[in-house]
Amino acid sequence: MHPSRFETGQASWEHFPHQADMGVRGIGPTKEAAFANAAQALTAVITDLVSVASLHAVPIVCEAPDDELLLVDWLNALIYEMATRKMLFSRFAVRFNNHSLHATAWGEPVDVARHQPAVEVKGATYTELSVKQDQQGQWIAQCVVDV
Amino acid sequence: MDLNLLKRRGPDEWHIAPHGKMRVPGVIFATESLIRDMDEKVYEQVTNVATLPGIVQASYAMPDAHWGYGFPIGGVAAFDPDVGGVVSAGGVGFDISCGVRLLRTGLTAEDLQPVKERLADTLFHHIPAGVGSTGKVHLDRGEMDAMLAGGAKWAVGKGYGTHEDLEFIEEHGCMAGAEPEHVSDHAKKRQQDEMGTLGSGNHYLEVQQVVTVFDEEASSVFGIREGDLVVSIHCGSRGLGHQIGTEFLKSMAVSASRHHIELPDRELACAPINSEVGQAYLGAMRAAINCALANRQIITHLVREVFADVLPDAVFSLLYDVSHNTCKVEEHDIDGTPTRLFVHRKGATRAFGPGHPDLPPSLRSVGQPVLIGGTMGTASYVLAGTKESMELAYGSACHGAGRSMSRHQALRQWHGRELVKDLAARGILIRSPSLRGVAEEAPGAYKDVSEVVDAADDACLARKVARLEPLVCVKG
Repeated sequence: MHPSRFETGQASWEHFPHQADMGVRGIGPTKEAAFANAAQALTAVITDLVSVASLHAVPIVCEAPDDELLLVDWLNALIYEMATRKMLFSRFAVRFNNHSLHATAWGEPVDVARHQPAVEVKGATYTELSVKQDQQGQWIAQCVVDV
Repeated sequence: MDLNLLKRRGPDEWHIAPHGKMRVPGVIFATESLIRDMDEKVYEQVTNVATLPGIVQASYAMPDAHWGYGFPIGGVAAFDPDVGGVVSAGGVGFDISCGVRLLRTGLTAEDLQPVKERLADTLFHHIPAGVGSTGKVHLDRGEMDAMLAGGAKWAVGKGYGTHEDLEFIEEHGCMAGAEPEHVSDHAKKRQQDEMGTLGSGNHYLEVQQVVTVFDEEASSVFGIREGDLVVSIHCGSRGLGHQIGTEFLKSMAVSASRHHIELPDRELACAPINSEVGQAYLGAMRAAINCALANRQIITHLVREVFADVLPDAVFSLLYDVSHNTCKVEEHDIDGTPTRLFVHRKGATRAFGPGHPDLPPSLRSVGQPVLIGGTMGTASYVLAGTKESMELAYGSACHGAGRSMSRHQALRQWHGRELVKDLAARGILIRSPSLRGVAEEAPGAYKDVSEVVDAADDACLARKVARLEPLVCVKG
């Protein structure tokens, strides 16, 4: 059984169901952590996150008019890097500068035998899209991804 | 779905009366049992589509409709550019021109038996499938643009298949109006190693046998008989289409307010057909249709190569090639007036009726072949477009079984290894790089394809011609 939820301290990610596809949700004490955890949830749609070594760093920058569009852009930038570099990522560092996001994703080339990738993600969608703080102050960043 | 929200207009036709900002009614074609099982989100999405500017007649959903993005999957809607109609990147989706192609082999299922394992292994080895796989065709900048402009016609020119194939592909294998200059460098880069690859998820290549013929006349015109061995290919425009969908979804969502469009759901991102972004999208989306047609043409060539080695008596010919996620310009009769409309089909198949001028002359007497993909453990169907379908939903029908269960639930319920073993015991050989992928695509996670097809037949959207069952399935 592949994990669909992971929790450590205050930071975590989880999947939520969509009839045809999969929802990814990152939760964390800061918006940065929630975005990084949403990226982990994205990788976990494809493979078991612990099977992906964080060997090579890839820089990512994106920009969007609001937090929600920025989350979609961030996940889509990762999808693009995964597709064109034939890589999977497992560790992420995110920081914001107004409406732009500067991040590093660490990962390794896809090894089909070891990673057993289940699906390729086509794109992040605006379905169930939200970036918000809950009443306890935790940041939640989520959307459905098309697979 | 709550039946009280709908008004029944026939055994398989349900209406949503216009309310709120709806400009037209919603119409769902399905049996009562399919409607009861349909997610409430389908109701919400059919209703939302009905609010878009320039929509004509109704917002439709096919019997396999399920919760999609903006549009339901199985959604059909047409827009008139002369009354402010829109084109929607959300209404076409990420996997532009994902579709099914059916090939006759000239062989019977009996011919397969002695070499079944070898054929399964060779197909799996020869046809790139799954995450991280790369194709054997690599395109430089000039060739990429030529492919995007030429589609399957370009592929045939490069030696992948025959000119006869082109006649049996929608648009005769080349979508007019493609504008590669509106396809971003990112989209082209994402595609450069992906020509001739199957992809993953619900995409597949199946060797099937024709088990039942329902309509002798149509099946004879389609050239299939009980016992025949056929090959189905289900895939789309790969990374290029996904990237175009991603980019235009954003630019249309951001520009909507500038065009005075109120979006009930950002995923319905759209732009007036007669706007700069609308026209750019149409040019790029048509290029992605050509990419999908070229991709299926190259995979067809790879299948031919495998059979030439394993079953050299095979003589391949194309029954037909249909696309599911498109926006096409078509002329339809609206209140007695032929009207040029931009018809969106999101997870729906074009199903033109008999006599339609776009059909190849040899198929014109019975209507367009409609190819319905099932699951790796059930069945697929061949249907034919009907005269009635042209009046019901712009000549459209369902496209597949549609999921009844999320991937999440499927993973909890099935294990890939056991599924592969169980299916092998039933004579269905599965080849896939990912056992988790197989579990997520478990046949039980889908609706009953036969019920969906019967509903399409009962509603006269298309009529049943033949049932196909899988013998070998290559999954990405």
